[in-house]
Amino acid sequence: MSEILLQIDGNEVKTTEGMTVLEAAQSAGIFIPTLCHHEKLEPFGGCRICIVEVEDRGWTKLVVSCVYLVEENLVVRTRSEKIDRIRKTIIELLMAHAPDSPQLQVLAKEYGAEKDRFEKEASFCIHCGLCVRYCAEVKKKNAIGFVDRGIKKEISFIPEIAIKECNDCKECFPLCPTSYLQAAFVLTEALAIPQPSTEPASEK
Amino acid sequence: MEIDKIDRIIDKHQSESSSLIQILLDIQSENHWLPKEALERVGEKLQVPSSRIQHIATFYKAFSLVPKGRHEVHICVGTACHVRGATQVLDIVQDLTGIKPGETDLDLKFSLETVNCLGCCALGPVMEIDGKTHGKMAPAKTAEVLKNYE
Amino acid sequence: MNKAKIMSQLKTPAELEEFRKGILLKRDPNKPCITLCSGSACHATGSGEVAVSIEEELEKQGLSAEVDIRRTGCHGFCERGPIIVIYPEEICYLQITPEDVPEIVSQTIKEKKVIDRLLCTDPSVSEKIIHESEIPFYKHQERLVFGSNGSIDPKSIDDYLAIGGYSALSKSLSEMSAEQVIEEVKKSNLRGRGGGGFPAGSKWEGSRNAPEEIKYVIVNADEGDPGAYMDRALLEGNPHAILEGLTIGAYAIGAHEGYIYVRQEYPLAVENVNIAIMKAEEYGLLGKNILDSGFDFKVIVHQGAGAFVCGESTALMTALEGRVGEPRPKYVRSNIKGLWERPSVLNNVETWANVPLIINKGAEWFAQIGTEGSKGTKIFSLVGKINNTGLVEVPMGMTLHDIIYKIGGGIPGGKKFKAVQTGGPSGGCLPEEHLGLQVGFDELTKAGSMMGSGGMIILDEDTCMVDVARYFIAFLTDESCGKCVPCREGLRQMLKILTNITEGKGKEGDIELLEVLSETAMEASLCALGKSAPNPFLSTLRYFRDEYEAHIKEKRCPALYCKELVAYYIDPGKCKACGICAKKCPAEAIDGAKKMIHIIDQEKCTKCGTCFEVCPTKFGALTKISGEPVPPPVPEEERIIIRKSKKK
Repeated sequence: MSEILLQIDGNEVKTTEGMTVLEAAQSAGIFIPTLCHHEKLEPFGGCRICIVEVEDRGWTKLVVSCVYLVEENLVVRTRSEKIDRIRKTIIELLMAHAPDSPQLQVLAKEYGAEKDRFEKEASFCIHCGLCVRYCAEVKKKNAIGFVDRGIKKEISFIPEIAIKECNDCKECFPLCPTSYLQAAFVLTEALAIPQPSTEPASEK
Repeated sequence: MEIDKIDRIIDKHQSESSSLIQILLDIQSENHWLPKEALERVGEKLQVPSSRIQHIATFYKAFSLVPKGRHEVHICVGTACHVRGATQVLDIVQDLTGIKPGETDLDLKFSLETVNCLGCCALGPVMEIDGKTHGKMAPAKTAEVLKNYE
Repeated sequence: MNKAKIMSQLKTPAELEEFRKGILLKRDPNKPCITLCSGSACHATGSGEVAVSIEEELEKQGLSAEVDIRRTGCHGFCERGPIIVIYPEEICYLQITPEDVPEIVSQTIKEKKVIDRLLCTDPSVSEKIIHESEIPFYKHQERLVFGSNGSIDPKSIDDYLAIGGYSALSKSLSEMSAEQVIEEVKKSNLRGRGGGGFPAGSKWEGSRNAPEEIKYVIVNADEGDPGAYMDRALLEGNPHAILEGLTIGAYAIGAHEGYIYVRQEYPLAVENVNIAIMKAEEYGLLGKNILDSGFDFKVIVHQGAGAFVCGESTALMTALEGRVGEPRPKYVRSNIKGLWERPSVLNNVETWANVPLIINKGAEWFAQIGTEGSKGTKIFSLVGKINNTGLVEVPMGMTLHDIIYKIGGGIPGGKKFKAVQTGGPSGGCLPEEHLGLQVGFDELTKAGSMMGSGGMIILDEDTCMVDVARYFIAFLTDESCGKCVPCREGLRQMLKILTNITEGKGKEGDIELLEVLSETAMEASLCALGKSAPNPFLSTLRYFRDEYEAHIKEKRCPALYCKELVAYYIDPGKCKACGICAKKCPAEAIDGAKKMIHIIDQEKCTKCGTCFEVCPTKFGALTKISGEPVPPPVPEEERIIIRKSKKK
């Protein structure tokens, strides 16, 4: 793997071909915020909060650093007026779902995001996908997945697998930024396990 | 739906996991909906996790996880039909059938769906029932058409 | 009836030409032939029944052997279907019903007499219009790609061969190298017709040069833009043209497997393309060692399953892999890493259909048509509030004005033109001041819209532009894959705000918030669906800001469309108490009796619009009010209509 030299926020960073800009930044101790990223999982590129500005052959464009591969002589800026503005909006959009998420609150402080800019939504889930991806890629159980699409998209446990596997695992629980995952699991468990009947036995 | 019917459809596509969507389309077309047993069988034979099948069956609007009514009513809400008044047609169909798009009524008589362009824009607004196209719909005319279906 | 011969494959270019000559020798150009448009729309207006009655009538009059019938694909003039064209005279009859058929056979076929009442009438032309090509709708078009639809039965490969089909493939395989084919396509400047406008030749070249062994060519027939159905008509009506173009492309880049991804909402297109593939394989024009070139190629058809996002190229490829149609980042282009991470050339149906023409007639010929940046022709679906609804093919560079007025025949009902929406949910609306713009890849984009895949929706004074923006955002919130925040959450909030505005709940600051959300979606979305989603909103805001402000500040819908902001009102001065509205009102909200002015109970009214629809035009008593209170009901005593007695 050949060596690649790039510039991040004015700093020269040495890294190897095949690395993402996010990994390169992290290796150099430069912080870029993330929500859907996890070092054990394939990059997802869903939250978009890790966007950065890159200059490539005279053109400036915005790319998500967790997916974009490093290039020789790439110039990267992790903060700018536009980047900050977009990150602020992303945080505010997510806080319509999970205003009490500790991770979102930390980000909100940094970017001046207003918790109540948008009307609240019913579901806490911010679709970082960490639970689904962890169960699929690391545990290889696929006990939880996505359903539907667009604004109706949700996460959903497969009850038959969940009641068998999850109680002894729960490794995805601490990954959830909003605690929606735990709530979803409790509900799934309640619906999947038949409740004892409260009706009197019928008399013949 | 019988297991061997499902198996035959799977075999027709050489049990390839990349043909998953084509297989489900064939089952949907024959059975008019995707029963849980069918999805489990497909997952088993194709060696594909249920979570992936669950996502595909809900992501793509061609699939229904519940039985459909005797008459499938499709209202085109494409742009051309929309500007010619499709919303009013949809409203009156909802009023008369009591169901919203995606739903089936309790008698299993009507299933209602909106579709995004049937390609008959010259006839807009268009309503398709059981594959038959009814063109130039307007609220009063729509009520008349629906009356003919038992 | 000819017995079907077992077709032996056409093994060389010479055999192909021999066979073609044989077909032409057997066809008498002077033999009467009735062609009947059997595309999906004409089918819906009854062309099937017309076809049956033609067959029966010919049988009855003993003419079955002397007259050919050909069920062709879409002719394009969808407003006036079913359409028949009688050859060799090219007599064109419109809006045919089975009842017209006996007369057509007796008069036109037997006596060679033209039936005037079935001809096209156009207010701009005083003489009789007999020939299809004289009809103003067709006269101004240049139907290089689409025109063949009228001459062939899509289920017949012989018909396609008779008009010169597969000669371009033969030429490419036997007289040109793969590199030469790419050079020709590059020289022609053919740009993608699906909306992206990417130079096809460059795309092909990138794939050719990629080091991977296995490559793919893909036809994007997932035409999802509502109101656009050009690809459907092409694929239904002339599937071999696409197959031929695809095979040439495969040869050029070195692919041996091709995919056609068709929406399942187009069952006739799926059927016809499958038949075409079967016939082409039978004839040896698909499969192993095509025309003795050593080149192998096979085509597989995949159906879509109802997801607009699968029209996006990377999402389409993901769907071909049997997954949900989630787009992938385009940091590495899909012509290098596409389907199964292999070099894949994906092009739109219309792009592929142009390829045989370019090979046969040459890149120079193609590059003479159109403008500097946009070569060739483009097929548009001209729909909405327009007189001549249908599919039109024009050279790039024609103005919007000419398309809408010269070909489209203007706006029906004497209504005033308001805007033309192009580019589907990724495009925008252009008002009257921009009608002088030329269609092409670049001009419309500068004005805030885009040509897109060819949907051209005409809007008139009764269309609410705020509702148009809301409509497109609503469409996209449902079709978004939901993976990325700027699109899923951004559009979610935009929809809420726009819906509130149309319901009279808009407030100060809404427009600014919509603009912030627009920027986020445009800059940070994963794919083109999210990135272009704000376009309809931004263009309507740019040209129709007054409508937004009326909705927000005055709670008024200037187009009198938005249900929550409009009240239906019976003008007491015009009501003649005919009683029709009261009878038809589904909410029983109209009070009235014979000779009594009818009154709508605003509490019960559901704004369905039925009364507005059924009030006789001669009275025109139903009006819509917005932005001001409904006048109080006329007092009881004044409701009685006294008819003036006729004085002798």
